[in-house]
Amino acid sequence: MASPDTYPVDLSAAMITVPVHLADWLVVAPVALCIAAGAILMMLRKTTWMQAGASVVGLSLLVVVCGALLAHVLINGTVTMTMGRWLPPFGISFTVDILGASLTFVASIIALAAGIFGADDVDNSGRRYGFYPFLFLMMAGVIGAFLTGDIFNLYVWFEVLLISSFGLLILGSEPRQIDGATKYAFLNLVATTLFLIATGYLYGVFGTLNMADIMRKAPEMSETAPLLTLTAIYFMAFGMKAAAFPVNFWLPASYHTPRIVVSALFAGLLTKVGVYALLRVLIMLFPAERDMLGLVIAIVAALTMVFGALGALAQTDYRRLLGYLVISGIGVMLAGIALASMAGLSGTIFYAVHSMIVMTALYLVCGLTARIAGGFSLAEPADIYRSHLPLAALALMLLFAVSGLPPFSGFWPKAVLVKASLDVGEWWMAAAILLTGFLTTIAAGRVWILVYWRARQEADDGDASLVRLKPMVDYLPVALLTGLAVLLGVYPEPFLEMSQTAASQLIHPAAYIDSVFPAGGAE
Amino acid sequence: MEILMALLVGVFFSVAVYLFLSRHIIRMLLGAAVLGNAVNLLIFTSGRLTPEAPPIIATGPAGTAEIMANPLPQALILTAIVISFSFFAFLLVLTYRAYQELETDDTDEMRFAEPRGQTLPPLEY
Repeated sequence: MASPDTYPVDLSAAMITVPVHLADWLVVAPVALCIAAGAILMMLRKTTWMQAGASVVGLSLLVVVCGALLAHVLINGTVTMTMGRWLPPFGISFTVDILGASLTFVASIIALAAGIFGADDVDNSGRRYGFYPFLFLMMAGVIGAFLTGDIFNLYVWFEVLLISSFGLLILGSEPRQIDGATKYAFLNLVATTLFLIATGYLYGVFGTLNMADIMRKAPEMSETAPLLTLTAIYFMAFGMKAAAFPVNFWLPASYHTPRIVVSALFAGLLTKVGVYALLRVLIMLFPAERDMLGLVIAIVAALTMVFGALGALAQTDYRRLLGYLVISGIGVMLAGIALASMAGLSGTIFYAVHSMIVMTALYLVCGLTARIAGGFSLAEPADIYRSHLPLAALALMLLFAVSGLPPFSGFWPKAVLVKASLDVGEWWMAAAILLTGFLTTIAAGRVWILVYWRARQEADDGDASLVRLKPMVDYLPVALLTGLAVLLGVYPEPFLEMSQTAASQLIHPAAYIDSVFPAGGAE
Repeated sequence: MEILMALLVGVFFSVAVYLFLSRHIIRMLLGAAVLGNAVNLLIFTSGRLTPEAPPIIATGPAGTAEIMANPLPQALILTAIVISFSFFAFLLVLTYRAYQELETDDTDEMRFAEPRGQTLPPLEY
């Protein structure tokens, strides 16, 4: 048997020999931080007094790291880091472009807001059963999904966030929660299995799982391989994850069951990961096949947004109403994917950022409202305008934002999407977006009038004004997110520009491929 | 061989879908177990079936062997098995808790999160 050193091996042909640049470590830092913090908090879960404080410190650090990563990507362009020093496509790459980095940054802000809010909302038993460790591990899954450049790795991150979301959903173990979690778990299992099936076929066709490598090979394979089938399965799987119309009934069945801070996190993060995956796979990997599916996607988008808004109109429970508004927003995001023009995609990306911020804030406001009113029903007047004016004001701003009224964040992406639909002659898509805006305005206006504005019949305003909200843990996260919604609304220019750059990077992925395979790279 | 495997995977999928369409969660659980294995076999087959070869490149100036097993699908399947196993374990516990707390395993009877006969919100102020 020949000893290994008989033949000199040129390692540089298969391995990265230069050490990773210090700034490039930022690519994995958010995921590493989340997993480390989750593991440490899991070990310390019995010391409930320090869980909230330590988590807020960790999440603040996460915001800083994600902000630094976004700045790094904005300055230096798309960044890649490949694990295990194996050259791509053999090593698993994390490739970060503006889309991934900006969504990561927004997600970290939402996690921070939820972490602060959780200090008051999650009781000791919730902490002992691991609210904060699950929060960190779910963030690891969400951020990993945003940053990875490998499609099987994307599947793994989906599973990480899914299993952590089960933990969060079931925290408390009320019958309601177990019922919701059962439906959520089975339907999401089917969705991720569809994703895995598509990935298995994709591996059979391309022999690679690296997204940049797939992009290089897809155009020449489109004649011989069943790429349309693949794309359709991916659309089905991610559509289910994102809660697109015919496959979204797991969302209204489960999102109102856990404690409110968990609902807020789910509404802000999970469905948007599905939209992000749709953007990556349909727009970046298989644009030609997406064009063939364009009409189907457009119909799904229009039905999702209109039925979401109609569902919201019919609800008596505040939380369930918000669940339908989440679905309606997903429809608006899908509209941009259906148009697939530069303007449409930038509208989708901007809307995703807006929806993450506003839906999270709305669920948090809903939780505070229920604490004062003693329940989530719209039928009971709570008279919050008189007893808690700041909360009523924040709620009004957020409900305006979710309806898409200026000067708040929902207005600009909807305006961009309507214009983009009219530009390509899809007048019915523009009409659907405007109709959705109208229906959402009615639903949101009704919430405000019924819950916040309407005075109690009998003058027993003693108990409502007794409930005191703490400025730091209750108001601060909501005010932070509302402030962001106002900022996006009154000064949208830099954010519109950023989403346009992100959209152009998706349509013209040369920079993405260059980042993974510098100077052509090994074929 | 590929055709046989494809047929087997097809049978697995149809069994899983049939079980998933049941109203009883215990059958859906069995469906989930079969579905996971169906996907694993699918990945295994799409990585090409090679008879009795090691997943090792022979050393030598040429550096290539004529026949070599593809190790990557096995790594993928290993990951998928671990994930589907943990999923299955979670679902098993969840189902048992649901049976204890809700006293049913019939999904039509599980109306705790979405109770029947919900009223419309007030239509006037």
